[in-house]
Amino acid sequence: MLNLKTTPFHERTSALCQPQNWRKWAGYFAAGSYEHTLDREYWAIRNAAALIDVSPLIKYVIKGKDAAALLHRVTTRDIHKMKVGQVAYTGWCDEEGKLIDDGTVSRLEEQTFRLTAAEPNLRWLTMNAVGMDVSITEVTDEVAALSFQGPNTRKVLNKVTEKPVDELKYFRMMTNKIHGAEVTISRTGYTGDLGYEIWMDAKNALNVWDALMDAGSDYGITPVGILAMDMARVEAGLFMLDVDYTSSSHAWIESQKSSPFELGLDWTIALDKPGYFVGRRALEKEKREGPAWKMVGLEVDWVGMEQLFGKVGLPPQIPGSAVRGSLPIFVGNVQVGYASTSTWSPVLKRYIALAHLQKPYYEAGTDVRMEITVEHHRRHAPAKVVKLPFYEPEWKKK
Amino acid sequence: MTSNQYDAIIIGGGHNGLVAGAYLARAGKKVVVLERRPIVGGAAVTEEIFPGFKFTEFSYVVSLLRPEIIRDLELPKHGLKILPLPSTFTPMENGDYLAAWDDHDLTRRELYRHSPKDAEAYDEYARVMARAAKAIKPIINLIPPDPSSMTPRDLMGLLKVGQYAASLSEKELYAVAKLATQSSADLLEEWFEFDALKGTKAASGIIGTYLGPRSPGTAYVLLHHYMGEIDGAFRAWGFAKNGSGGVSGAIYNATQALGVEVRVNASVQQVKVKGGRAVGVILENGDELDSKVVMSAADPKRTFLQFVEGKHLPDDFVTSIQNFRTRGSSGKVNIALSKLPNFTALPYTGNGANSVLHRGAVSISPSIDYIERAYDDAKYGQISKRPYLDMIFPSMIDPDMAPPGHHVMSCFVQYAPYDLEGGWTDQRRDELGEAVIATIEQYAPNIRECIVGMQVISPKDIERIAGITGGNIFHGELLLHQIFFLRPTPQWADFRTPLKGYYFGASGAHPGGGVMGAPGMLAAKEMLKDGF
Repeated sequence: MLNLKTTPFHERTSALCQPQNWRKWAGYFAAGSYEHTLDREYWAIRNAAALIDVSPLIKYVIKGKDAAALLHRVTTRDIHKMKVGQVAYTGWCDEEGKLIDDGTVSRLEEQTFRLTAAEPNLRWLTMNAVGMDVSITEVTDEVAALSFQGPNTRKVLNKVTEKPVDELKYFRMMTNKIHGAEVTISRTGYTGDLGYEIWMDAKNALNVWDALMDAGSDYGITPVGILAMDMARVEAGLFMLDVDYTSSSHAWIESQKSSPFELGLDWTIALDKPGYFVGRRALEKEKREGPAWKMVGLEVDWVGMEQLFGKVGLPPQIPGSAVRGSLPIFVGNVQVGYASTSTWSPVLKRYIALAHLQKPYYEAGTDVRMEITVEHHRRHAPAKVVKLPFYEPEWKKK
Repeated sequence: MTSNQYDAIIIGGGHNGLVAGAYLARAGKKVVVLERRPIVGGAAVTEEIFPGFKFTEFSYVVSLLRPEIIRDLELPKHGLKILPLPSTFTPMENGDYLAAWDDHDLTRRELYRHSPKDAEAYDEYARVMARAAKAIKPIINLIPPDPSSMTPRDLMGLLKVGQYAASLSEKELYAVAKLATQSSADLLEEWFEFDALKGTKAASGIIGTYLGPRSPGTAYVLLHHYMGEIDGAFRAWGFAKNGSGGVSGAIYNATQALGVEVRVNASVQQVKVKGGRAVGVILENGDELDSKVVMSAADPKRTFLQFVEGKHLPDDFVTSIQNFRTRGSSGKVNIALSKLPNFTALPYTGNGANSVLHRGAVSISPSIDYIERAYDDAKYGQISKRPYLDMIFPSMIDPDMAPPGHHVMSCFVQYAPYDLEGGWTDQRRDELGEAVIATIEQYAPNIRECIVGMQVISPKDIERIAGITGGNIFHGELLLHQIFFLRPTPQWADFRTPLKGYYFGASGAHPGGGVMGAPGMLAAKEMLKDGF
């Protein structure tokens, strides 16, 4: 291959992408944004209907008599309890209980699952499937995916789907048709809003895109790139591989690795599930002892920011998109952690960050200070530890 | 009239000799570097064999040149530019190709086309190798301690190696132990299934050795080539502006700025010994030069068996130098081109100026079996009928290497055994050239009509021109029994020799060959430590 791949929506997305700010995502071109500023795209997620091409997500179909057993063994969820049509968010760990990757498992049929991942995991899955009656097929190229996010998405979907989606519950999926094309629709997303993800054969991608754009025109449908999504996912308290944590299979040193407990995934670790799963022993130990680090939310104190910038005669200077640089966090003069992503939250009107803090500073309510740069000088802005997510509208799960 | 009295004499004006000279001069010493040929550079030279066409005759890529040398000697100021070699293409026998890029996503996507499994294993393999290289690298920077010695210096050195080994995780230790003992084929077959990938990777495990990919110990050589990739700025192979002669040229300029005297056409006949000490050299023209110390940057055999009379060295030392493996196994074919050969796997359009294939390396290594078969020929003293080739088009990387519209092509070829059955003759040399062209022709059918000039270099020619005994590009194979505290020979791997005042700082010394400069630098530092 002489260049990266384009997604099945490229014909549409490339015509719309004004700034031509393509980003690399898992070996595909992904639009950073469609407009030169992110405001409209961000607000489409929070107020209307955002159409996001998420085809680069790596997808596997895991099929066979032992498909459930394999996922039960590899992930931390109790897969055997999942019903057909159910979707589960999960991480998966190495033997030391350190997180390799995270994604969703959908039970498409009794013996068929779809697993999404940020990074390729075929080798890891295959290594764990020795002796099992299961086939693992990567379908990233074959299955196109749209993330459709925002409070108006249900109304728009109902206009184009064969069956209404009103009854589709949070983290459930259904098979359906859009303008004759078979799709599966899951009530999932990466924005913390009402939203759906639509999975389809790549050859139907443009038809589905056109149908949604058409039906959504009266509901504020807006093509949205991954930069605006990045702001929304921080508000939703959702972390990202390679930004907020390092896969244990990529880490150079031990301290780069994270356990799912550290990342706040306690609720996904089914220590009560029967039998062995990868990392079980280490996770049981960590559960007993408590994690040494935790990823939490930080709200930066606006008045404090105003004072720091005020000293040099400026109003607070806020980056226009999420910042993926590491920022040190202090208590007194001692560094107690770092923020891995920070962003201005347009809906909350707050500067927020995902921060990794050492015990005991990760308790909600703890006062800390985050390093920021004020006119080329390092300053410490006061901030408070808060529970995640920062933002969760009541319609998200309704 | 120049005085013939120096603090230090360096024999050999290759890159290591020049580096050593520069470091000694930096410390305020009066130094002369003696070069046999009319030009400096040794095996790192660029010559205009055909008018307008510049060839990096022997060595042709740079990856391991030590960054501290570049900084210490301010080589960028003296003209050093290392240009990127961003890809490797392996044309396949079925007309397809395998490409590897410096972009991770692109490489994964390309490999995925051939084998999804390998596309993922590749990442993990690269990490394991890089970790192992990281684990071994600090050892490279140490002066090799002698494990049998009880001197405080050696004990401290061993302690460091021991502490270092203890700091590795169990997994890393096993990985290193395995790498040290496996064949590259065994290692690669544990990881990959795609032939062209395995062949191309295996190739770097045999370069400069007289071994095949199925010979034990070749996995280490693979690792050796990863060393260059873990130094941030030096992640990949590069091509120096003006070729390898550009590297030597920059180092030469640095020596001139530091006041080193460099004499060309100054062939050393013998090291002068007085009272059990090296005190100077006698040149072939009869001139005598005196000095407090002498360092040789020639190969180990010349250094110890030719320049020094046997009576000044212990018998067992002489024997082990005699046994040092310097079997040359590779040759070089340098071609002047009227146009770029067109590869059927990825044809170019127009004049090829935009061809991505020609901007990187092209490797003829379709499978491990292919290379092992090439080795089979060599094992019994024959030129490989279908050799492994590593080709670059220097004029596509540095346009100043050939006249506008024309190109130069550099083909590293293995195997071409030094001990060819029946010996090397002009006819056998032509045979080597023909084997190379016939091999290329399979993948680029128009190669013959592109050729306007061709230079074929056999290991014998490497010996004759560059003065490397046996014509081995590393001055001695990078075999496990010839590295670290065993290079060039047990107990004398610290750049000192049994002859007082005589030092050894060439590719045949620790840490080994390639345009790395480390032996020259480390030897100079040891000399300064001893004081003179």
